[in-house]
Amino acid sequence: MAENKKEMPPELKERLRAGFNLDWRKELRKSLPVKERMKIKRQKMPERSPEVRNQDFFEVNKGLEARAAVEEAKRCLDCANPQCVMGCPVGIDIPTFVKMVEIGDFEKSIRKIKETNALPAICGRVCPQETQCEVVCNLKKATGTPVAIGNLERFVADYERDKGEMFIPSLPSSTGKKVAIIGSGPAGLTVAGDLALKGHQCTIYEALHVPGGVLWYGIPEFRLPKNILEAEVDYLGKLGVELKTNFVVGLTATLDDLREEGYDAFFVGTGAGLPNFMRIPGENLIGVYSANEYLTRVNLMRAFAFPEYDTPVYLGKKAVVLGGGNVAMDSVRTAKRLGAVESTIVYRRSRVEMPARIEEVHHAEEEGIVFHFLTTPIRFIGDDKGCVKAMECIQMELGEPDASGRRRPIPIEGSEFIMETDLVVVAIGNSPNPLIPQTTPQLKVGKWGNIEVNWDTMETSMKGVYAGGDIIRGGATVILAMGDARIAANEIDKYLQNHKK
Amino acid sequence: MAKILKRERLVPNIHLIEVEAPEIVRKCRPGQFVIVMPDDKGERIPLTIADWDIQKGSITSIFLVVGTSTHKLANLHAGDEVPVFVGPLGKPSEIEKFGTVLCAGGCFGIAAIYPIARALKEKGNKVITLLDVKANYLLYWEDKLRAVSDHFSISSRDNYYDCKEYIPYSLKNILKKEKNIDRVVSIGCTYLMYTCAEATRLHEIKTMVSLNPIMVDGTGMCGACRVTVGGKTKFACVDGPDFDGHLVDWDELFMRRKSYFDDEIQSMCYWERKNFP
Repeated sequence: MAENKKEMPPELKERLRAGFNLDWRKELRKSLPVKERMKIKRQKMPERSPEVRNQDFFEVNKGLEARAAVEEAKRCLDCANPQCVMGCPVGIDIPTFVKMVEIGDFEKSIRKIKETNALPAICGRVCPQETQCEVVCNLKKATGTPVAIGNLERFVADYERDKGEMFIPSLPSSTGKKVAIIGSGPAGLTVAGDLALKGHQCTIYEALHVPGGVLWYGIPEFRLPKNILEAEVDYLGKLGVELKTNFVVGLTATLDDLREEGYDAFFVGTGAGLPNFMRIPGENLIGVYSANEYLTRVNLMRAFAFPEYDTPVYLGKKAVVLGGGNVAMDSVRTAKRLGAVESTIVYRRSRVEMPARIEEVHHAEEEGIVFHFLTTPIRFIGDDKGCVKAMECIQMELGEPDASGRRRPIPIEGSEFIMETDLVVVAIGNSPNPLIPQTTPQLKVGKWGNIEVNWDTMETSMKGVYAGGDIIRGGATVILAMGDARIAANEIDKYLQNHKK
Repeated sequence: MAKILKRERLVPNIHLIEVEAPEIVRKCRPGQFVIVMPDDKGERIPLTIADWDIQKGSITSIFLVVGTSTHKLANLHAGDEVPVFVGPLGKPSEIEKFGTVLCAGGCFGIAAIYPIARALKEKGNKVITLLDVKANYLLYWEDKLRAVSDHFSISSRDNYYDCKEYIPYSLKNILKKEKNIDRVVSIGCTYLMYTCAEATRLHEIKTMVSLNPIMVDGTGMCGACRVTVGGKTKFACVDGPDFDGHLVDWDELFMRRKSYFDDEIQSMCYWERKNFP
């Protein structure tokens, strides 16, 4: 399901060239020679100390200071051929916004980002820049350390929000076209932002009681504070996007019902809301959670503040999280913060195969998380009350690479051992949520229950119905969802221009 | 926010709540449920839809007061609002012409079984209704259920009604008399459903139960409500809530329902101290 590497589209090339040739950019490039720029060290993101932060839910990264941000922006070589932009799924004009930081015009900088990204404070925090924009940065090729693009994006987004005034771009007159967006996760929010800027009336439908999808229930406060999410959603409201929470499309109304209500186009971004389990004995013991449930209880239902909030969650002393992705890191660090004496990752492959962001793994290690590689449980053992008390594990070795390109783990016979635990979180991925496919029989679905789309346009088998994010990919990342959403929004706009009621 | 149109105590500890929910009314069918959150700090709890009014656009649910959430609900009044009232969730009950169907309900299940009995009757089934109450003053909705039943009887522990036994024994007696029961539907507390399913097992009469595990989102996203049915893990919220009672792993369900027993007591005490010092 991975996308192919594409050539830079001509319009994007032109846009970047125009920025590159502006006089102030030329001046700026001359003001400091490339050699000098390459000498500047990457500015370190200030972090709260691990012993303090692993006791609370406040954000780990404190954000760059203005001076550090300007210094970091100076490192950008303002290349004629900026690869970073190609690495960004939503095509942010990275050199321009970075250079605006360098001259200290933070306001213009954030406006530049917002031309193509309605959620910069979120992306600056949770995008895996190290595998997207930063990995292709020309400075990385030259010196080994790329420009900290993500940190700069976060800096200007925070700068604007902290100032208290969010810039609202002038909106075109309404086209009179209505778009229904199902799911208010990263994909849905992006589509809404893009289409609102083009004058279409967007309504987002959300099944839960707060908007944000996985950004709310999945990503913990210490990585993405909820007030930041709320501010970004608020911003969409100011663009005229309507939000309907507590509405389960598929059950409260089907897609067809909504079409009858007069919507001209649809975007389905209902995410990977169906947790996968190991399918081993004892998995339904008390104290064995899916990562979705564990994180939802803590993040959405605020179980960390029980009994002030009514929803409880198991507080393990010896917490074990199964998996090696970002969700596993979020879960294991959450368990630590909720008082686990020992909080352990059990992953069936080795360190290098872990799909989690390096930064998250690094933070987890600093916070005292233990890692057990090449290990997988084969059964869970309960006490007489049905609570999990241990799990039997088996050790693995790595064999030949499998379909994902990672070496396949193979159990080592006779290596079984018992690991004590009183809290297990299964974070081995999610499948697409079945509610829309089940209630929309016309919609073509792939073999994992994912909605099938034309990958160039994100259109589904139904005319005027588009989809993106985890509902088409299975479990992926926030920014890939937003990338799909960007393509879909452009296509929906084209579709609506030719569409007659 | 959803507006409460009515909240009243039907019998001790069992309350009715009628909520304005025009969108849910348009779609809901017997056997489905809603998720309710009594206030901003509350839990999301599932309640079976017991009745609906198309004209008024309202949904009625019945609940037993047990923990913090239901205590909070029981303290709301007409005109108050709840932050979450979402649905209709779950798969509707199978309503077909089966022949003779016995509906066995108790506690809040008396109300939950009502729309199912009504729909079965409308489909042309012979409906035998058997209700269980501890004592006569705990019976409610008798008229409503009588109106949709061909036979109606009540099991109660006092001397007020036809039979004194607990519901599975009365159920067995009916099975002895009525030879041609094609299906049993049982809704109530877990123990009631379990014993009813056990009572019909030897008779090999298909017995549907409406399971009530702990839920959070109610849309399949979290997996809190997983139950083992026929050896496979199912999510009660999207695969159910109705399952074949003879295939349910009841021990596991009993166990999982007690997951937060201690926390629930702590939460109740905290709430009571704050509200009734």
